[in-house]
Amino acid sequence: MHTYEPVIGLEIHVELKTASKMFCGCPADHFGKKPNTQTCPVCLGLPGALPVPNKKAAEWTIMLGLALGGDIADVSKFDRKHYFYPDLPKGYQISQYDQPIARGGALKFKVQSSKFKSGYEKTVRIDRIHLEEDTGKLQHATVDGKKVTLVDFNRSGVPLVEIVTEPDLHNAEEAREFLKKLHQIVRYLVISDADMEKGSMRLEPNISLRKAGAKGLPPYKVEVKNINSFRFATLAINYEIARQRSILDDGKVPIQETRGWDEGKAATVTQRSKEEASDYRYFPEPDIPPMSFAKEQIRQLADQIGELPDEKVKRFEKEYGLEQRDIAILTETRELADYFEECVNIGKIPAQKLANWIINRKVDINAVLPARLVASILKAGEVIKVPTDLIATVLSENPKAVSDYKAGKEQALMFLMGQVKRQLPQGDSQQILEALKIALG
Amino acid sequence: MLLDLSIQTLAQKLRGKEISSADLIRESYAQIDRFDKKVNSVITLVDQEEVIEKAKNVRFTSPLSGIPFVMKDAYLTKGVRTTAASKILDDFIPPYSATVYRRLEEAGAILIGKLNMDAWGHGASTENTDYDPTKNPWDMTRSAGGSGGGPAAAIASRFCSFGIGEDTGGSIRNPAAWNNISAMKVTYGRVSRYGAIAYASSLDTMGPTAKLVEDCAYVLEVIAGHDPYDATSSSHPVSSYVKELRQSIRGKRLAFPTEFYGDALDGEIKEAIAKAREEFVSLGAIVEEVSLPLLEHGVSVYYILAPSETSSNLSRYDGIRYGNGRDLFTRETKRRIMTGTYALSSGYYDAYYKKAQKARSLFIDQYAKLLSRYDALLAPVTPIMPPKFGQLLDDPVKNMMADLYTVPVNIIGLPSLALPCGFGKDGLPIGMQLVGRMFSEGELFALGHAYQESTDWHRKQPVMLER
Repeated sequence: MHTYEPVIGLEIHVELKTASKMFCGCPADHFGKKPNTQTCPVCLGLPGALPVPNKKAAEWTIMLGLALGGDIADVSKFDRKHYFYPDLPKGYQISQYDQPIARGGALKFKVQSSKFKSGYEKTVRIDRIHLEEDTGKLQHATVDGKKVTLVDFNRSGVPLVEIVTEPDLHNAEEAREFLKKLHQIVRYLVISDADMEKGSMRLEPNISLRKAGAKGLPPYKVEVKNINSFRFATLAINYEIARQRSILDDGKVPIQETRGWDEGKAATVTQRSKEEASDYRYFPEPDIPPMSFAKEQIRQLADQIGELPDEKVKRFEKEYGLEQRDIAILTETRELADYFEECVNIGKIPAQKLANWIINRKVDINAVLPARLVASILKAGEVIKVPTDLIATVLSENPKAVSDYKAGKEQALMFLMGQVKRQLPQGDSQQILEALKIALG
Repeated sequence: MLLDLSIQTLAQKLRGKEISSADLIRESYAQIDRFDKKVNSVITLVDQEEVIEKAKNVRFTSPLSGIPFVMKDAYLTKGVRTTAASKILDDFIPPYSATVYRRLEEAGAILIGKLNMDAWGHGASTENTDYDPTKNPWDMTRSAGGSGGGPAAAIASRFCSFGIGEDTGGSIRNPAAWNNISAMKVTYGRVSRYGAIAYASSLDTMGPTAKLVEDCAYVLEVIAGHDPYDATSSSHPVSSYVKELRQSIRGKRLAFPTEFYGDALDGEIKEAIAKAREEFVSLGAIVEEVSLPLLEHGVSVYYILAPSETSSNLSRYDGIRYGNGRDLFTRETKRRIMTGTYALSSGYYDAYYKKAQKARSLFIDQYAKLLSRYDALLAPVTPIMPPKFGQLLDDPVKNMMADLYTVPVNIIGLPSLALPCGFGKDGLPIGMQLVGRMFSEGELFALGHAYQESTDWHRKQPVMLER
């Protein structure tokens, strides 16, 4: 038995939520739409149709590249990637091969670990970020008693960003934390919903094992597709690590292949081996001139990025002096953080108290306007003030209940609360209980 | 006959109500009815009644209003079958129109037919068609050229006033030369490619072809210009080609590249162009002999780039969406798909495609240097006279060599005007080309027009029409 170190890299596809598709004017928002209602000659790949790149999509990819600390190419171009599949109407996908929009960069994140009590910080290098188009969708169905495959081209041509990491990850937990952080940043940039259930963020881990202490990459790697949740990513990676370990322990080398995650079996299954791997015959897309990005344009895009999660955490710490745990929750999404700050800016309630309310009561930020929340917290505060008189009155009017409680009868407390509630039906039970306990010593 | 007249004259007569558009249309259909059984230039004829109805309602908003024209069957025409001369698209009725067609429709020009070609543009003889070869109206035993043999033969046969062709490696110029008509291969990006079935995307250009250089200028003025649907279309301003036509050519400098006049060139063509050279001198132009040593590599570069791109562009005809399978590709098309697939394969890409792209840069540099000193270069269009049927089809290398003088222009993206310059002893037409700087179509039209003002080769008609 050897000990092995897993070597894991990730490829992540993120659908951009631009108004229109990557190369035509059709709406990019395809989820749940009636099949083939958002198509045109371009995204159907009709004869003669030509792609015209979506400028916004390129700009958003640049912003993501900058957010991850990457270098933006002076000149970037599209390439054609050829393969035959019924959901790919042109017989090639317009993608980027050797001149992606961004190269390099890194992502830093925290990993909780049983080995290190407070967790540890991990940095994963980004290899590249490029822009491409999504394919259509196949649906296997039975129509008039016949098993058929239907094609829906609504998704065909939706802008897709691919982020490729270096193989810097060593376990499923790291991969999961990386993905969560990336997901958070993408959402902060407001360039995608990155909703995994809807398929707008898709994950493909590459996994291989090397002997502990060994340097360099193993002579094979296994790519796993079909993963649509962080949880499945963890399960698939752990499954692969175990599977490959037992092969290596037998003195063999796992074959290089593409496997798929089978949710039913909770296992990865072979999809395509190296021998069947495609030759994509990449060549520069002649229908689209190369794109060049001026320094000034990149600088302007950098200005649009806004505050990213790490910066926000630091600022919340400094500006509001909140608990670390609370900051982590409040900055999880840009919307929640903004909501919190809008409440703070109203200026009537201290930040920590607002944080407590928002977190403990799980305030629905989409339903309650910040001003309303502040008003109701103030009102609740008043409620607490009133009972001091009321409670004194109730206690003096119910001496038996008071003595019962002091004798250890817990129900007496509930009776007293009932009496308070009668006078104050809008009062918060929890707060009344607290006030009663204090008054009873 | 009316269709002998220039666009300018027709436009005047139409406006003056001397003639009606319906008269012109009727003449077109009568000519087609009379001659096309033999010539076989038409793949799909638009319904005559429908067209006459359109002609009756035409508003005269441009010189092309009410004038009948044809298109190579590579352009998508909404509601009118478009095949690219391949059975794969035998029943394809396009749901949208090419930008070029849309602009012509808006200008009031009237489409009467979709014309024959080598399927997908693959060929120089219109023999690689699934709709039977088009015959040369000057000699029915010979090819009308290609790939756009259909439109050229139709113009020579007076089936229409003008045609829209497409030139990837000579497809508009070669048939023009072999049918005694004029054609403009435009600068790459000058005319939108949107809705034109792609052969090789980085080489494809959309242009006019007609009896006269002057007519080509009228048509180009309508179809040229930036198109938001084509990212490679240029926003370079469009000149008034019709105005530029009448510019003096006195003092214009023409280069006469000696490599174009080597052993590969047919003697009769060499002789005809030598005479044209003298004609230009007598018109006040300066002609000087120059060297363009890269010429011989043009075919090699072209036959890597074009098949590579076509292997990619034809991927979409995978048998799933258009109903007809890949077995329907012609031998020539299969040959090009295989060559291109090979050239793009990993391990071969650097040796073929990438190297060809590097060579392309050398061509661009060499021609740019030359054209910084000259306004145009004067060259033959084809090395051979119109071949007998089978001569090119049976010999793929000979088929490639027919493109020797035309492909360098596409590799670089330059404009080139093809026009008649004489006849061989058998009465077969000969053409020449004037190759200019990027976006110098206006200057080329002026040179060609001046030549046609002082010669009458372009007025000669096939004997068939005289009977």
